[in-house]
Amino acid sequence: MTLALLLALPMVLLAAGVYAVIAARQSNSSRIVYSISLAVSTVALVAVLAYLMSGQQPETLQLPIGLPWLGAHFRLDALAAFFLMVINLGNAVASLFALGYGQHEKAPERVLPFFPAFLAGMNLVLLADDAFAFLFAWEFMSLSSWALVMAHHQESANVRAGYLYLVMACFGTLALLLAFGVLAGPSGGYDFDAIRAGHATPGLAALVLILALIGTGSKAGLVPLHVWLPLAHPAAPSHVSALMSGVMTKVAVYGFIRIVFDLLGEPVAWWWGGIVLALGGVTAVLGVLYALMQHDLKRLLAYHTVENIGIIFIGLGLALAFQGNQMYASAALALTAALFHVLNHSLFKSLLFLGTGAVLTATGERDMDHLGGLIHPMPWTALAFLIGAAAISALPPLNGFVSEWLTFQAILISPELPQWLLKFLVPAVGALLALSAALAAACFVKAFGMSFLGRPRSPVAAQARETDRYSLTAMFILAGLCIVAGILPGLVVDGLGPVVGLINGSIQLTAQHNQPWLTLVPIVDVKSSYNGLLVLLFMAISGMLAALLIHRLGSSAVRRGPAWDCGFPDASPATQYTAGSFAQPIRRVFGSVVFQARERVTMPPPGDPRPAKFEVRMRDPIWDVGYAPIAAAVVAVSTRFNYLQYLTIRRYLGLVFGALVLLLLGVVLWR
Amino acid sequence: MHGLAFDIAHLLAGGMVIVSFMLLYQDRVYALLKVFALHSLVLALAVGWQAHIQNAPHLYVTAAIALIFKAIIIPTALYRIVRRLGIHRTLEVVGGVGRDMLAGTGLVALAILVMLPVTATADPLAREDLAFALAVILLGLLLMVVRHNAISLVIGFMSLENGLVLAAAGARGMPLAVEISVAFSVLIALIVIGVFLFRIRERFDSVDMQAMDTFREERRR
Repeated sequence: MTLALLLALPMVLLAAGVYAVIAARQSNSSRIVYSISLAVSTVALVAVLAYLMSGQQPETLQLPIGLPWLGAHFRLDALAAFFLMVINLGNAVASLFALGYGQHEKAPERVLPFFPAFLAGMNLVLLADDAFAFLFAWEFMSLSSWALVMAHHQESANVRAGYLYLVMACFGTLALLLAFGVLAGPSGGYDFDAIRAGHATPGLAALVLILALIGTGSKAGLVPLHVWLPLAHPAAPSHVSALMSGVMTKVAVYGFIRIVFDLLGEPVAWWWGGIVLALGGVTAVLGVLYALMQHDLKRLLAYHTVENIGIIFIGLGLALAFQGNQMYASAALALTAALFHVLNHSLFKSLLFLGTGAVLTATGERDMDHLGGLIHPMPWTALAFLIGAAAISALPPLNGFVSEWLTFQAILISPELPQWLLKFLVPAVGALLALSAALAAACFVKAFGMSFLGRPRSPVAAQARETDRYSLTAMFILAGLCIVAGILPGLVVDGLGPVVGLINGSIQLTAQHNQPWLTLVPIVDVKSSYNGLLVLLFMAISGMLAALLIHRLGSSAVRRGPAWDCGFPDASPATQYTAGSFAQPIRRVFGSVVFQARERVTMPPPGDPRPAKFEVRMRDPIWDVGYAPIAAAVVAVSTRFNYLQYLTIRRYLGLVFGALVLLLLGVVLWR
Repeated sequence: MHGLAFDIAHLLAGGMVIVSFMLLYQDRVYALLKVFALHSLVLALAVGWQAHIQNAPHLYVTAAIALIFKAIIIPTALYRIVRRLGIHRTLEVVGGVGRDMLAGTGLVALAILVMLPVTATADPLAREDLAFALAVILLGLLLMVVRHNAISLVIGFMSLENGLVLAAAGARGMPLAVEISVAFSVLIALIVIGVFLFRIRERFDSVDMQAMDTFREERRR
């Protein structure tokens, strides 16, 4: 019943998309389309929550559409339901935000038709239960999001981002297509039930793992397949950026979990986990390092998506390593951590992108070097953004801390793994995770500090106004959820229990709701426990006590005096820290190696009227090593074969004939 | 009876291969058209015989289509086109009859080598028929590749189509709709090609493909 409802809702969204095509230029169409999106997403969210509360019996449905001998299979189980909850929450909040934000859209006819289609595509991916439906919905999602990336196509950077996105999406789907082909085997059973029933040989299963990593990793932004993500996500309108970063990457994570944990079934070699772990660790650190070098707020957030995907994949890699050694209790912990981080990242990344959208509406600027001091005109946006920044920096008592702490708990069990390689690899990845968490905190000090604190660096920042109520409501819903998930993590972990059990041989973490004081105890309480509520209480009480003491002991007499001006009387806003100067120490430590960052100061001699210049040059190692040679090779090969476009008809016929004869000869000789 | 039926089917299908070889070395346009008409006539007979021994009356329709359209209407139409274009006296330089014959023989051998092992479980009649049909198709392609004249190209294409019909008739239980559509596709192709011939002639004063090649990038490089 829930499944039928969940399948009907995307159809409503598609209808809304069609309506938007017809009525995009009418003044109220944006309000209508986003209202429909909000209503549909809310209904879906409620339905999925009800399903998750009520036992999660798997539901299946087969529709006579799609391939004639296959039909279209759909299925709702705990895993799909959890991800449906995550994405529909994100969809609902983004639609609510867009009720206000969408009014500022200059070209609504380029956004409105594709927005509901994008939501529908994501929903359908999660419900698909055969390879054809999955890939169809996946491509639908990719293409509609591509259209949204290209919404502002007048800027050439967006066109390039869209092109790169399209290429990478096609590449990823090709890998997924091959993965499903290998899974289905020669008999061609493309529905997921047939795939689950069949068992792939270890070699083929490893091939599927690699293909799934490529296919879903290119959508999620796993290094080295992330290159398109920081270009494409910021190019879209902000509420779409929030969805692409906060939600669509989760659909990719779902694809990976569905293929590797569910469809491949039991036989897991331990080194699978090693590959995924190593990729996750590298992704986490590189993502945050890239982010630190950015001064574009949206691009910084997009690179943080790469980092967080790395953290999620670290959890998944640990789970694979534990499952490969039949340590299901530990695998349950790692999976819980990964899925918790999926939820958390969707909350705070959507929040941060929406906050950036509010800043963009108020100032028209994404460059932090032109912002500053926004906390005065936009106090509420600043508060919401601050909560999101603290959450993504993994500060207690917010939700980001809980999931990263759980990941660390899983890493700390790793000495129990029998393989020496993993014994060394997992702590190394733990160190990478710790590094990335610390760098993320530094990065968000930069992001919040440059944008909201200090003094305005440009006139537009000085004239900013607080954003509208819809947008603020949307942001505060997410901020509130960040806090709730942070102080009551036990409830979330319990909610994740059946999802983890489904993909972990029915073994899940022990129930947390009967722990005293809502403490989170992942293994046993002598080892480790965390209580968000107590941390919050402690912070609140100690904060209040400190304030009380200061007010009591300090003098209440008001003194006015000149502010210390650092030796710059009448300082201009240009003397403040900039995004680049704030990140300079980290750039010198890490960037000079990783990005070959080179700084050059041009100081003209006294008397020369030219200004002094400071330049930073950075190279992207992954683009230089991985992508530039491929692009060059493609260009070289296609230039070489260019003459094939100018053959005579007889030559073309001759080519066809020769190919046919060669193939027939091959058939004869091969038999 | 079965032996005789098999032999006649074999004879007719083999006859098509022979006529395909004849197509390969005709250097006069009219002769080419006449041999093509013969090709289609043999096809009609072969299909008709298949209809008789398979007790499949719908194959008679296919045979009739082959006879009326391919053996009569299309050659007549092409005949008139050729006359209106005034190229009926053209001698096409067919380079190396021996070379083409050898290549054709190789193709027939290839067709047999491909088809016989693949269809080991099918009944012998269909096996032989399919092997011959593939040979006819390959010979049609060869004709298209080795000739310069647009008319020869058209004939090669349609002899290839005849091979397809032969294959379809040899397989038991092939629905009629397919054959009709194949036949009509050929007719449409003929119309299109006829129009194109006039257009080509208008533009280049010749239907010799080599003359057209001079307008292509390749020659200029």
